[in-house]
Amino acid sequence: MCTRAVGALSHFFEEEGIPTTGISLVRLHTETIKPPRALWVPFELGRPLGMPDDPEFQKRVIVAALKLLEAPNGPLIEDFPEDVPASTDDVTMLACPVNFRQDKGDVGEAEQIYTALKSEITALRPWYDIAVEKRGRTTVGASGMDPAAIGDFIYSFLSSSQPDNPRGDIPVTYTLKLAADDLKAYYFEGITAQPGQEHASSRTLTDWYWDETVAGKVLMAIKDKYENSEDRTMRGAARGFLVPREVARTRKK
Amino acid sequence: MVRLEKLSEEERKHLEEAKCPTFDTQPWVTGPPLSQRRVALVSAAGIHRRNDRPFTRATDTYYRVIPGNVKGSELVMTHLSINFDRSGFQQDWNVIFPVDRLRELAEDGVIGSVADFHYSFMGAHEPMDMEKQAREVAGLLKKDKVDAVLLLPV
Repeated sequence: MCTRAVGALSHFFEEEGIPTTGISLVRLHTETIKPPRALWVPFELGRPLGMPDDPEFQKRVIVAALKLLEAPNGPLIEDFPEDVPASTDDVTMLACPVNFRQDKGDVGEAEQIYTALKSEITALRPWYDIAVEKRGRTTVGASGMDPAAIGDFIYSFLSSSQPDNPRGDIPVTYTLKLAADDLKAYYFEGITAQPGQEHASSRTLTDWYWDETVAGKVLMAIKDKYENSEDRTMRGAARGFLVPREVARTRKK
Repeated sequence: MVRLEKLSEEERKHLEEAKCPTFDTQPWVTGPPLSQRRVALVSAAGIHRRNDRPFTRATDTYYRVIPGNVKGSELVMTHLSINFDRSGFQQDWNVIFPVDRLRELAEDGVIGSVADFHYSFMGAHEPMDMEKQAREVAGLLKKDKVDAVLLLPV
């Protein structure tokens, strides 16, 4: 939906006297809004410059968009002529397989899931640390919690009592959202630090996270628990903040 | 992906049915050659510095300020939508906020200079709701002598 925002912002800035150009990911939206100048790119949502870690490719996109500023008249939409190369990646299972088998019959299912989630987060920790070292940064941290605390906080939505909000500045539903985003980023950054998986495609990462990890299953379980809740804000969070639309639709039994 | 024909029918429909604003005017401002322009980035990706306020549906502030000398390590994303890829941003912030590329283009003389401040909106807000603050940002861009804005969606 961001292409809509970009189109409207472009219009407002230009009306205020500032020349603008923009990337369009959804051509249809740009055709309707008609901002002064737009470069349509055939890349996936979330990657307006197409290729991470490819400065030359990124520069070609930027320059093509900026060149539109020298066009004599408009509004105009130009199509970027290149696409990104097809991906050939293969992300394998997590190094530490998680065992769901019930031991001795006296450990409840809930506790097993909690233990499995904690084990999974711990198993990923060295890979996540390597990723941070290698990239010199992390996108994890918007929630303000560390990964272990994020696991506890998220899991607590499955236990009977509703958890306290560790933040005072935003409602608990937003804290849950930031924690869910952070947890996923922690897993993605960690798994792509493993050998040969640096350039895993978004599709492969998505399938892995939602089909293979305990974290994905816990988030889906929270969605199931609250999506018809009488609490309007929790209902909204469960429906919109935890599981991507396409994932929820394609994993429905 | 965003060749609509490559999306699932449901996702395609979701995009096709999104309401887009239309405008009666078509403003068009010209300027000097690219090599003399001062360029700012305006992202709709809901990014901001780590210690800044996360984006929510709150309607008091629609944008965040990103200093021109920002380091990639300072940026996090709190966009409300979970329906787009973030792994590209995790690998390389320039794939959504190409401030390093912009600096290189300035060094190479392709553009004149890079603005002192960039701005980030969060694209899940209704576009028309952002109008007032967008015009406010335009005023700030002018004070920064910006005469080219590159807008980036996610």
